[in-house]
Amino acid sequence: MTTADYERNMVLATDTDYKVIGTRPVRHDGADKVTGRAIYGADFDAAGLLHGKILRSPHAHAKIVSIDTSKAEKLDGVKAVVTSKDFPEVGNQWLKDNILASDKALYVGQAIVGVAASNPHVAESALGLIDVEYEVLTPVLTTQEAMATNASILHDSLTTEELGKDTGVVSNVASHTQHVKGDISKGFAEADVVVEREYNTKTVHQGYIEPHNATALWSPDGRLHVWCSTQGSFVVRDSLAELLDMPVSMVRVTPTEIGGGFGGKIPIYLEPVAALLSRKTGAPVKIVMSRKETFEASGPTPGSQIKIKIGAKHDGTITAAYAWMAMEAGAYPGSPVGAAVQCVFSTYDVENSTIDGFDVVVNKPKTAAYRAPGAPNAAFGAEQAINELAEKLGMDPIELRLKNVATEGTRRPDGPVFGRIGAKEVLEAMRDHPHYQSAKAEGTGRGISIGFWFNIGFDSACNIAVNKDGSVNLTEGSTDIGGSRTSIAMHAAEVLGIPVEDVRPSVVDTDTIGFTAVTGGSRTTFATGWAAYEAAQDVKKQCIDRAAIIWDVDANNLQMEDGVISSQSDSELKMTFKELAEQLSDTGGGISGSASVNPSGVGGSFAGNIADVSVDPDTGKTTVERFTCVQDVGKAIHPSYVEGQMQGGSVQGIGWALNEEYFMNDEGTMTNSSLLDYRMPTSLDLPMIDTVIVEVANPGHPFGVRGVGEANIVPPTPALANAIYDATGKRMTSLPMSPGAIQSADAE
Amino acid sequence: MALVFIPSLMQKLSNGEQRVSVEGNNVRQVIDNLDEIFPGFKERLVEDGRVKPNIAVAIDGEITPLGMIEKVSTDSEVHFLPAISGGV
Repeated sequence: MTTADYERNMVLATDTDYKVIGTRPVRHDGADKVTGRAIYGADFDAAGLLHGKILRSPHAHAKIVSIDTSKAEKLDGVKAVVTSKDFPEVGNQWLKDNILASDKALYVGQAIVGVAASNPHVAESALGLIDVEYEVLTPVLTTQEAMATNASILHDSLTTEELGKDTGVVSNVASHTQHVKGDISKGFAEADVVVEREYNTKTVHQGYIEPHNATALWSPDGRLHVWCSTQGSFVVRDSLAELLDMPVSMVRVTPTEIGGGFGGKIPIYLEPVAALLSRKTGAPVKIVMSRKETFEASGPTPGSQIKIKIGAKHDGTITAAYAWMAMEAGAYPGSPVGAAVQCVFSTYDVENSTIDGFDVVVNKPKTAAYRAPGAPNAAFGAEQAINELAEKLGMDPIELRLKNVATEGTRRPDGPVFGRIGAKEVLEAMRDHPHYQSAKAEGTGRGISIGFWFNIGFDSACNIAVNKDGSVNLTEGSTDIGGSRTSIAMHAAEVLGIPVEDVRPSVVDTDTIGFTAVTGGSRTTFATGWAAYEAAQDVKKQCIDRAAIIWDVDANNLQMEDGVISSQSDSELKMTFKELAEQLSDTGGGISGSASVNPSGVGGSFAGNIADVSVDPDTGKTTVERFTCVQDVGKAIHPSYVEGQMQGGSVQGIGWALNEEYFMNDEGTMTNSSLLDYRMPTSLDLPMIDTVIVEVANPGHPFGVRGVGEANIVPPTPALANAIYDATGKRMTSLPMSPGAIQSADAE
Repeated sequence: MALVFIPSLMQKLSNGEQRVSVEGNNVRQVIDNLDEIFPGFKERLVEDGRVKPNIAVAIDGEITPLGMIEKVSTDSEVHFLPAISGGV
């Protein structure tokens, strides 16, 4: 592919000849979605349905002295009230406290009491009748505050852990992680040029449009059925079983359609409260968060403090790289700093590196995943430093990256060696793109960057049953966030040689499919697609065996290609999949295939951006004039969905870069907890996001899939920071790069 | 023998050794044998017969989903890494 061949939304494809893979069929759930018939959690209704509301902490850090719910319980229409005391005594206490706090409130918005009533208004009124006595404590709201000497301590029992070792030190630092490769002192001694800076990022939210919701029905037979919006129905099932001290077989979770998640709908919040209220009342109980609750009481991605130091020789060879990263976990341990330390320098082949990461609790909501969690924070620092290095060396920033880029066989800073990866191909596609080759418009600045996400595998299951009309019903457990129903169905259609329209995919409940891990980590098309591939292979083998019975021949002489079963030795013996399907019930019964997989062979993904911006000299407002996203996806099963992921991740990254932040007051209250004040970009704020799909097939997957959902959010913040620097001469080291921040920054 | 890369935060246990050759056909045997050479590793890595939940094992560049029962060959590289938290 040459530069001249480029058009918008290019696919630099592998040559493999597929019939279904790589095409762009209409999504199976499209009609339901565009006509409003798809059922979301808030749509759920049932006879006798009660409505739940939750009383939340007004304090960021406080001891809970007492809770008096007696007046609320007497209000007409109130059916039940629950507190943390209604949980069984077993189970993870921190997880329970994040559902209903027991002894301390650790962030504004933390749930304290749940109420079920005959309608939402009565439940809301009841919350005002609950008396909670607090002893207010000093909050810590940043890693700097939390790690300071004499900082207010969130958990008296929390001690710092260092890779399996409890240091015994009571602290807000939950863990310290470190990766060392080579000799960093030697590396910096060899450097001719060194760049060193500190960067800071704020807490931001995934911004999914559909708030959290859950409905629970605890039946008299002891079984609990939950309907909710989730990225992982089995995670909900297993978490509920642990918290409520039940066998998993007594919990059934039905995932409703999901209106966005991006990692934020992996944890549970409302489900246990609805379950406890249903147990007390015997009725189904539905709870739906408001937007304010979604901001204050779900799981945003962390603010962070990042120090980067990189050294290189005059010829551009990077000799040493150091990163120090502290990330806010929120109220309980578990920030994504472990992922950040894996990703921060993984794009590059650096001989000497040291990376330190710290997981730090602060008085904010417990963080959750958000698209490549931790990696965008790390890249904001590292990828600016690389550009600064290029400037000091007088090198083109892409050429500097290409000189040091990681390829197959490169040992990553965290130790393991890369298999086949596409970082080099992504950078080459960026360099050759007409966007990069074109002259900048007058008054604009241009920035580039690249980012890495490792992707994951984990468990997936799939069942396929053949219908007598030659179609198949495909059931899977991966909730469909980005069109995965169709992508999974395409795996099966390719194997069976049938049109994807003849595959009917359904996302089913936890009683109906084998264990399937979350829709997250860019794993769904990779792992659930693999399960569909294997289940279809199972069906295919059974079809061949059945044809052998019908024709009374040896199955080893038969093959099934492009939906036709035929004999290798007798050209007269031919039968289509549809013709066989009609005969199944008369020749031995129906055919169904199944597979459960936990595949290895995961392939990481790299994404790069070219961004042109203009910055208003009077207001500091940044306008994104042109934006190109290039990503190695392995194999694009459905290129339109891949492009959608690339554009979506880019847009979220642009919002993170320019506008979004939890604006906290000194007391720890978020003061912009509405979508009016929490400014996410709309289509009116953005140019068309051009995409270039680069296909460097992952040898670990039957069709070469890598996973595409996350790497694309990693490069936008540094690409835009580099573009703003190019336009204004101002090196922006904190997010967001809002008009006010740009106005107050000094040019270098 | 498999080559075990000792994480920097565990090198006190290995007297500063960064890489140690260890016999074993699976992760369990490698950890047992490593603990024979440098006592204390098993306590750091294993809990209730399983790899601790906050630790991941990478064999030949890939995080293994099988933990202690993952096969290890004579030319394998074994890495002990922090398990990714944060709910990816």
